[in-house]
Amino acid sequence: MGSQEMTDRVASIQAADAPERLFTSSSPVAIEIRDLHKTFRIPRHRITTFKERASNPFGRTEFRELRTLRGISLDIYRGEFFGIVGRNGSGKSTLLKIMASIYAADAGSIRIAGRMAPFIELGVGFDPELAARDNIILNGVMMGLTKREAEQRIDAILDFAELRDFEDLKLKNYSSGMTVRLAFSVMVQADADVLLIDEVLAVGDASFAQKCTDTFYEMRNAGKTIVLVTHDMGAVQTYCDRAMLIHDGESQFLGDPEEVGRRYLQLNFSRESGIIDADPGQASPDVHAKVVDVWLEDRDGRRQKNVDGRDQIRVRSIIEARERLENFVVAYHLYDARGIHIYGFNYSAKDFENGPPDVLEVGEKVRIAVDLPNQLAKGHYFLRCWVARDRGPGDLTLQVFDLLDFVVYNVDPIAGMITVDPVVSSETVE
Amino acid sequence: MSTTAAENLAEASVHQLREVRGPSAIGGGRRRFFELLLLMSTTDFRKTFFGTVLGYAWSLLRPLLTFGVLLIVFTKIVRIGSTIPDYPMFLLFNIVFFGFFQEATVTATTSVVGRESIVRKTQFPRLVIPLAAVLTGLMNLGMNMIAVAIFFAVFGVGPFWTWLLFPLLLLAMLLITCAMATLLSALFVRRRDVAIIWGVMSMALFYGSAVLIPISFVPEGLLRDLMLFNPLAVIMVQAHEWIIDPSAQGAVEAAGSWLLLIPAAVIFVGACAWSVVFFNREAPRVAEEL
Repeated sequence: MGSQEMTDRVASIQAADAPERLFTSSSPVAIEIRDLHKTFRIPRHRITTFKERASNPFGRTEFRELRTLRGISLDIYRGEFFGIVGRNGSGKSTLLKIMASIYAADAGSIRIAGRMAPFIELGVGFDPELAARDNIILNGVMMGLTKREAEQRIDAILDFAELRDFEDLKLKNYSSGMTVRLAFSVMVQADADVLLIDEVLAVGDASFAQKCTDTFYEMRNAGKTIVLVTHDMGAVQTYCDRAMLIHDGESQFLGDPEEVGRRYLQLNFSRESGIIDADPGQASPDVHAKVVDVWLEDRDGRRQKNVDGRDQIRVRSIIEARERLENFVVAYHLYDARGIHIYGFNYSAKDFENGPPDVLEVGEKVRIAVDLPNQLAKGHYFLRCWVARDRGPGDLTLQVFDLLDFVVYNVDPIAGMITVDPVVSSETVE
Repeated sequence: MSTTAAENLAEASVHQLREVRGPSAIGGGRRRFFELLLLMSTTDFRKTFFGTVLGYAWSLLRPLLTFGVLLIVFTKIVRIGSTIPDYPMFLLFNIVFFGFFQEATVTATTSVVGRESIVRKTQFPRLVIPLAAVLTGLMNLGMNMIAVAIFFAVFGVGPFWTWLLFPLLLLAMLLITCAMATLLSALFVRRRDVAIIWGVMSMALFYGSAVLIPISFVPEGLLRDLMLFNPLAVIMVQAHEWIIDPSAQGAVEAAGSWLLLIPAAVIFVGACAWSVVFFNREAPRVAEEL
């Protein structure tokens, strides 16, 4: 790739608000993970005292096996900002803790180049009875500095944390914001080659948070490798070069953070709504109907991926009957990224004057156009539809389709989830 | 920018992939181990001595009060003490010396659980935690020994040339204390009543280690033999001869034959070995058990 072309590409990526990709896969590997397994044995009834043991000397403890990691393999390159994303209990934190030598793996190997420092929590080992200076040394050594290195960095750390005036104050007299700033500064100055971070990005007030953001970019540009475990998709899409979606201890997707974010939301969505019990990313099996095509249109009839907040939501879909459908009903339901059901409606001959045909023969296709007023707040939305097959009283089957997910953009901030068009009047009363 | 050979080397070492071996008792390098050990123990030590206004006096209060009470009991009420040469100094030294073992093991028992956030959230050599409790105890012992030395001077005990052998006693005491401290701290992770049990057991050891009464007051025979199975008793008995009263019975004399000290030696070595093996086995899983 020519350098001009590269510049253009970077510029265009920046313009699109996507993270710039500074590392390349030709960078040396900084973290190499091979076929990592971890199973926790969780006792059904935990014997925590000798007294219990003595009163039940022959009772065997039964264990429940929790297979938290099932063969994770991964290469993270030097200078990469890598995200690990997953739901609670997916194994993402366990993976991080094994990398950090906090948990032992059952099988597989991890190799890391350079000095690694984990930040599972900010300010681990902080002692409220000690002054900031002593805590910096304590925390710094725990983060992998030698004592002398920690001592040399006290001033830089205090300056970065903007806590110079409070260096001799005991930590118990610090506000929580000050403590967090101090902890973050130690982390920055700990100068590790590989940083393992668990959900500690949102730090302090707005100006300090910006400073932290800048610092992360600086660190990455300085060739530090950063692994971030989070369920904040915003952070992943803003910071990360690549990300991995982990689910039930397995890597579900590895690559583009945007795609990871999208799949993560889908995963969350399908679980929390409880409607679909299928594997994410796998289309519903075609039973009695099939969605042949579905798209969004703008006002000029061009296909769009997302919805301009100043335009209507125009959904077009073509549905084909796989079996004869009597009393044909389609229902549309809209959800937000958290899986909250925003609204829904049915579409059938019964409900609309110019509705769809009452009966669809096998192979017959129907094109349905839905125009919805856009009252939505800025955000990520999911549209699904249900096609009903009515085989007589009491025998109604629904087939569910994930039609679309789209982002509504270009919306002024609104209060709540939707805008309304209120009719309000007032008059002065005695 | 010119790159020197050293920079190249540093650069190369950054690129070198190294196996992550997971958590262990002393993982993370020897230097880091000792730095953390020293840092943690001095921090706790400084907190007890400089944290409060009374500081040193405050930390002396407990052994001195114990000493005062026991002195009254054994010289005014039971009156055994009156017949023993330099009994007050014998008692004071024993309380301070044995107190080190008691304090360090009791503190260490809950130490790993107490430092839970360190264990679960950083890469940390597990063994540092109980050993730091022992080291803090050792520093306290050093401070208390200054007070003991002043009392010795006032009451005119010593000096004896055998005082030079005190490091041997201290080393033995330190080893058995480290062994019990690591063992208890790892046991406590699994069984939370260890702290209560050890509270009672250390009290039993206090009475069973010739701390209050010289070994010569224990009738010869099975009871004395059994008592000398206890390595702590052997250390305390020997301390009586070397530190307080050269005419008192030493360990060999009290046992009658050095052969009878073998069980104590075996127990001593066994406890040390067991603690190492047990802690090593438990260390990788501690974070999960918490």
